[in-house]
Amino acid sequence: MILQGLTFYLFAAIAVAAAAMVVSARNPVHSVLFLILTFFTTAGLFVLIGAEFLAMILVVVYVGAVAVLFMFVVMMLDINFVELREGFLQYMPVGVLVGIILLVELLMVLGTATMTPEVMAAGTEPIPDLAQRQNTAALGDVIYTKYIYLFQTAGMILLIAMIGAIVLTLRQRPGVRKQDITRQLARRREDAVELKKVQPGQGI
Amino acid sequence: MMAFLEIGLGHYLTLAAVVFTIGVFGIFLNRKNVIIILMSIELLLLAVNINLVAFSAYLHDLVGQIFALFVLTVAAGEAAIGLAIIVVYFRNRGTIEVEDINLMKG
Repeated sequence: MILQGLTFYLFAAIAVAAAAMVVSARNPVHSVLFLILTFFTTAGLFVLIGAEFLAMILVVVYVGAVAVLFMFVVMMLDINFVELREGFLQYMPVGVLVGIILLVELLMVLGTATMTPEVMAAGTEPIPDLAQRQNTAALGDVIYTKYIYLFQTAGMILLIAMIGAIVLTLRQRPGVRKQDITRQLARRREDAVELKKVQPGQGI
Repeated sequence: MMAFLEIGLGHYLTLAAVVFTIGVFGIFLNRKNVIIILMSIELLLLAVNINLVAFSAYLHDLVGQIFALFVLTVAAGEAAIGLAIIVVYFRNRGTIEVEDINLMKG
């Protein structure tokens, strides 16, 4: 129990510090790296709380895909980041003000909220004992039966996002030489080569 | 001392609240850099996920984790589309300053 508590505090501290660095780092590449650290520590917290599958998904999807996507975009675009940081201090007071108000409000809600027995008993899919059914298997039991339509919808959303991203970034650049395989295959000898009878001493 | 180390629902909710606040703060702080704003939105969604998973664990209900999974899906799609828009915008305008993005303002 002591180890669990200490681990929570360590991971929570790292996550909060990394999140703070994400929004305040000078270099966006560092921001992305701190974002990855935040995701990793959160995945650790998820393992601690017993949500192994989500922890692994967090590492695979967020760290493996989303953060790398961010990294690609940050490094591909030739952006003057110094210019983008102008006004950083100008926005600081209002940001701090809004942040503090929001945090106080959230903590006030947390402090006053209590869990009634009805809420505690309202769960529809009780988590099975870890010894009998793993977290991943238990999630699969529910997600492929009761939530199958939502699951399909999630897949559809990802498909649409993929198509949208491709459609947005695809461009036809005129005047660029590139291979056109259908044209190459459709080319016949008669189109390309013309035989001429050259008379001696005349040329073509 | 022992009560301090006893991790309950409140601990996770406080962590989520702090991360959420940092995300909102980041949006205010980096008003010009749209990439950092997108990262802040990811932080917000991560905070929501922490909330959902914590409630799921302490109420012994799997639905919270399933919902967190869907939030994750939407977050991934949003990041992909957002970054695609940024790339297209940068290609057309040569900058990603948020304050320059006002072409559709009447």
